Amino acid sequence: MALSDKDRIFTNLYGTQPWQLRDAQARGDWDGTAGFIAKGRDWIIEEVKNSGLRGRGGAGFPTGMKWSFMPKASTDGRPAYLVVNADESEPGTCKDRDIIRHDPQKLIEGCLIAGFAMNAVAGYIYIRGEYFNEAMVLEAAVAEAYAAGLLGKNAAGTGYDFDLFVHRGAGAYICGEETALIESLEGKKGMPRLKPPFPAAVGLYGCPTTVNNVETIAVVPTILRRGAGWFAGFGRPKNAGTKVFCISGHVNTPCNVEAEMSIPLRELIERYAGGVRGGWDNLLCVIPGGSSVPLLPKHICDDVLMDFDALREHKSGLGTAGVIVMDKGTDVVRAIARLAHFYKHESCGQCTPCREGTGWMKRVMDRMVRGEAEIEEIDVLEQVTRQVEGHTICALGDAAAWPIQGLIRHFRPEMERRIRERRGLPLAAE
Amino acid sequence: MSGEKGQNQRSSESLAQQGPGGGFSQTHAQGKAHAEQPAHFAFDEDSEREVAKFVARYPAGKQASAVIPLLYLVQKQMGRQTGSAWVPKVAMDVIAQRLGMPAIRVYEVATFYLMFNTKPIGRFHLQVCGTTPCMLRGSDDVLRACKDAGGLKGYGDTSADGNFTLTEVECLGACVNAPILQVDDDYYEDLDYDRTVQLIEALKRGERPPHGSAIGRQTSAPAGGPNTLTGVEEG
Repeated sequence: MALSDKDRIFTNLYGTQPWQLRDAQARGDWDGTAGFIAKGRDWIIEEVKNSGLRGRGGAGFPTGMKWSFMPKASTDGRPAYLVVNADESEPGTCKDRDIIRHDPQKLIEGCLIAGFAMNAVAGYIYIRGEYFNEAMVLEAAVAEAYAAGLLGKNAAGTGYDFDLFVHRGAGAYICGEETALIESLEGKKGMPRLKPPFPAAVGLYGCPTTVNNVETIAVVPTILRRGAGWFAGFGRPKNAGTKVFCISGHVNTPCNVEAEMSIPLRELIERYAGGVRGGWDNLLCVIPGGSSVPLLPKHICDDVLMDFDALREHKSGLGTAGVIVMDKGTDVVRAIARLAHFYKHESCGQCTPCREGTGWMKRVMDRMVRGEAEIEEIDVLEQVTRQVEGHTICALGDAAAWPIQGLIRHFRPEMERRIRERRGLPLAAE
Repeated sequence: MSGEKGQNQRSSESLAQQGPGGGFSQTHAQGKAHAEQPAHFAFDEDSEREVAKFVARYPAGKQASAVIPLLYLVQKQMGRQTGSAWVPKVAMDVIAQRLGMPAIRVYEVATFYLMFNTKPIGRFHLQVCGTTPCMLRGSDDVLRACKDAGGLKGYGDTSADGNFTLTEVECLGACVNAPILQVDDDYYEDLDYDRTVQLIEALKRGERPPHGSAIGRQTSAPAGGPNTLTGVEEG
């Protein structure tokens, strides 16, 4: 059964109403915030755990558990920080943008609650530099919250002091990786740090830090208001909640939409995005969770569910829930080669397998688009992706490898066909 | 504006005499690669107000965190004063001095992040997203329109009239409104060849069409109107 509007968290997803504080409060934001905080840190973390909320930034780590890693009290005088990852840059993903520009108070209220739950003195929202107009809205929304006493000293009448700042990035995908983001926030190049130590022990300015995605933080106030059980009631076990999906590419009406987790991919596309251009049978493949996850050919798309576990069973992932749809007219090798270009461009250059590997993979993929390769090179390409994957400090190496692995897994005959055609070999592979 | 600029140069002269930043510009800016580099930079009054605001956001001793905000201020001020929004090397030195960090750290940041232009650009910065979601929706046509209407040979080019610089950018994060052309700070969405040409012609005429969807969509809702959130009750 389709999610009804009364169960949607982001009731102003499309910006049909003003984003300003007064309007946000009329939509229910900041209702009873002090009461939740009065119930204490343990209660908040327990509610978030019980809701089954998993991080919405791609990795899907249980949010309540992540918060529980933060020290309960400072033993050495170091403050703790909340950092919100609004560096939304994963190709296919544009959900946080809508939350920031249309529902910023949900995020700000969530920051206060999350900040309190992890004993943070302040929060920083790191927003990608290209989201200039969105950052202007967010800055204005933060200023409104301060003026209304919802941030700063005795924030929202809770007796808790909490500052919140907006920090713009400047065009680097890698800063979406949490330790690169912290480096960038400290005024350095966005190069990921080795873990451990994890940010919960040594993060921003060497202090305990938790980095959460915008959507993760922004759903928390509503979870507390409506109850963990309400949120957990959507989706399959361990895949709870509602989720903002971004449906782009070859659909009739691309859009963002908040739907329930575990919705069938086909229903998601047909109910909300007007269906595949030319009809479902014209579908070639879908990248279901942002560019970093392997594509799925049509026969899997026919009945796969959109959640963490179902997509992992098919060797893909929910990632950011950025659904990129490709119809049968797509040059799928070029589509993936363009992603190889993306990862080459965005590699920070710190780890050799990624720095060299992304460039190598891009060059080979460019030849594969034109069929200027040997059949055996497909295997070499596959092997190189395995040598990049898992051999770098951060997950960018993995993210560069997986789309190519997905292409080879599902479209190897098409890659071979191009090579044979170019070389004048018989086209039948058998 | 010219008076403001003159004042600006004077104040930067004193900076150059005092600080290591000015020293850098004198010793290195003579190289041929930096022929276009100005010898001086100083924040103007508008920028100074913002500098104070940004630096106050970070704990004492952590002012280096403000390096990105300050680089933006430089770029914006250069746009205001010269019509070309870029960050000269001497301004990086001014930032280093202001934030008490080694100049090399500022150079690293300015060159690591794509959004800082380390050489002059045209009056309008046309930034075409070419990543897969935009590619699937016709970013090749947007690129072609930019070249045709803007008088541009390709990525990296600045038009002869100094109006436009063309850059390929990676995913702008507005994929359901693809393809996107970012003009300076603004996203123009749901473009095709003709709509891109119209936009560029308008820019040439000195107009600045409203940014957002070029086909009148309500932001990220499906074309034709939302099919959810159609009757949201308030409260």
